[in-house]
Amino acid sequence: MVRVDGNGGSQSLIRVRGLNKTYSRGGEKIQVLQGLNLDVDKGDFVAFMGPSGSGKTTLLNLLGGLDVPSAGSITVAGDEITHMSGSKLTQWRARHVGFIFQMYNLIPVLTAYQNVELPLLLTKLSGSERRKHVETALAVVGLADRMHHYPRQLSGGQEQRVTIARAIVSDPTFLLCDEPTGDLDRKSADEIMALIEELVAKYGKTVLMVTHDPVVAARAHTTLHLEKGVLVEGKASSRQSVLAGGAA
Amino acid sequence: MKFRRLIFANLFRKKIRLILTVGSFAIALVLFTFLAVVKSAFNRGIDIAGADRLIVIDRVGLMNLMPISYADKIAAIPGVKAVTHDHWFGGVYQDEKNFFPQFVIDVENHRKVYPEFKVPDDQWNNFVKDRQGAIAGARLAERFHWKVGDRIPIKTTLYGGAVWEFNLDGIYHTDKPDGDMGQFWLQWKYFDENVPSVIKSTAGWYILKLDSPDDAVRVAKAIDEKFANSSHETKTETESAFAASFAKQFGNIEFLILTIGSVVFFTLLLVTGNTMAISVRERISELGVLKAIGFTDRSVLFLVLSESLVIAFFGGVLGLLLAWAAIPGISAALTGLLPPLLLSKPMLLLGLVFALFVGGASGLLPGIGAMRMRVVSALRRV
Repeated sequence: MVRVDGNGGSQSLIRVRGLNKTYSRGGEKIQVLQGLNLDVDKGDFVAFMGPSGSGKTTLLNLLGGLDVPSAGSITVAGDEITHMSGSKLTQWRARHVGFIFQMYNLIPVLTAYQNVELPLLLTKLSGSERRKHVETALAVVGLADRMHHYPRQLSGGQEQRVTIARAIVSDPTFLLCDEPTGDLDRKSADEIMALIEELVAKYGKTVLMVTHDPVVAARAHTTLHLEKGVLVEGKASSRQSVLAGGAA
Repeated sequence: MKFRRLIFANLFRKKIRLILTVGSFAIALVLFTFLAVVKSAFNRGIDIAGADRLIVIDRVGLMNLMPISYADKIAAIPGVKAVTHDHWFGGVYQDEKNFFPQFVIDVENHRKVYPEFKVPDDQWNNFVKDRQGAIAGARLAERFHWKVGDRIPIKTTLYGGAVWEFNLDGIYHTDKPDGDMGQFWLQWKYFDENVPSVIKSTAGWYILKLDSPDDAVRVAKAIDEKFANSSHETKTETESAFAASFAKQFGNIEFLILTIGSVVFFTLLLVTGNTMAISVRERISELGVLKAIGFTDRSVLFLVLSESLVIAFFGGVLGLLLAWAAIPGISAALTGLLPPLLLSKPMLLLGLVFALFVGGASGLLPGIGAMRMRVVSALRRV
């Protein structure tokens, strides 16, 4: 269940309380997020929508430990990440977060296999164990036969599949997707969304996704809108419900 | 090493740039090594000088000759174990370019003062008995393909341009690693009989061996005092000080080498530093992704530094190989102008350390920049 009223229980996988983010630009303070609350359970698939500059990516960066909030707290699987030091946060990201970016962000000089292997280089797994994990991840995304191709030899959809394989290879606690289909044609976008849905349905992954595309957002269990720095109810699918603004 | 593939893949991303940077390193290392061997060649006399040997020359200068009678007077000073004398013969073999040091030696005492020069006894005895005899250093003999028994004509440039002929009676070796095996020795008695009268009964300089190196200052003072106010006042100094002042005749080699070396160092630092800075700037978003997926700041610094060090290592090794191949040829071409140029193992090691130091230093700033880069800012650069 996804809640934005701040009344979620401590069993939530992701718990956000009173989240604020303020930027200074040219001496002017811009408040992007204002006292934002969010509870996400394991296995939820949440889409964040909102106009440009509404703070979607900022929220995603904060949830992924890539940025630090001005105030408030974020707790993931019992770990409060808002006060972690830089190096501890990096280790936390490696263990808990899988990132899927709009522009894929693959290393162009590495093959699909080597790109997917990157997060595992930070673990103590042996070479053969790493190989097993990478081959499994590439098989899940349907690219077992392209593992030795370089990004330039793959289509946009295939590159995004490699990114997804890289995100899931270390079996993170949740996946953060920033416009995962933003650079793809409709057919490829459908395939990528089907894959993300499969990760949620079949493997129980928790997915938080930012998108501009209502068609893509409709594939999520829950859609939340960011307006003026706070989350408001969007759509609730048949399987999940959104409890917003004290409507518990 | 788990990151090996990532490091090498990044290096080969721009092959032309990699080749040019490695090439810069290699050329700089050739130059660095050449400077090091030239410096070493000039300092060799200083490095191998005996601590228990003093050199006595005329106070006016090396070209002023001293009476041969000084030998006995010097030998009488307490603390002096043995005395011998040398003359500079100053000849060339066959051609002007075939120049090498020829010393007119005192056969009776030479071996007592220079025990490091080894000549087989039978060869030495033949040399002593042969008025026109000569001994050549092993390297010199090898250079001109001489063997014992050869007749060697030497045209002197100091004594009227006459050609003197010598019989090669022996070849000497030295047990010191950088020992000088390029000298040619002839007998003082034969020399004395054939030089103009003004040169007769003289010595170019005296070399004396001390009972103990601790006596050096006292004995030097005693010798110079003994000949004070004579027609040939003396200047006595340790062999290393003499070698150093001899090397200085060629100019301030040390300063010249240091200056050129510094220019090489900073140029290389700027070239490699710039390459690494561009390389990091080109892939800021990739480094941001690495950080996002869990690479720590230190890992990112390590990656950048490793790339820089790998360039330095391969450039360094290539440069040292080139130097190793080229220096014997350069040395042969400069024979007569410079002492033999020898590339030793410590010098190769020093060259590699130099290369790695420059590699590390040039990768440091871009590496720290990459390390401090904020992930969010880096990802925004997509």
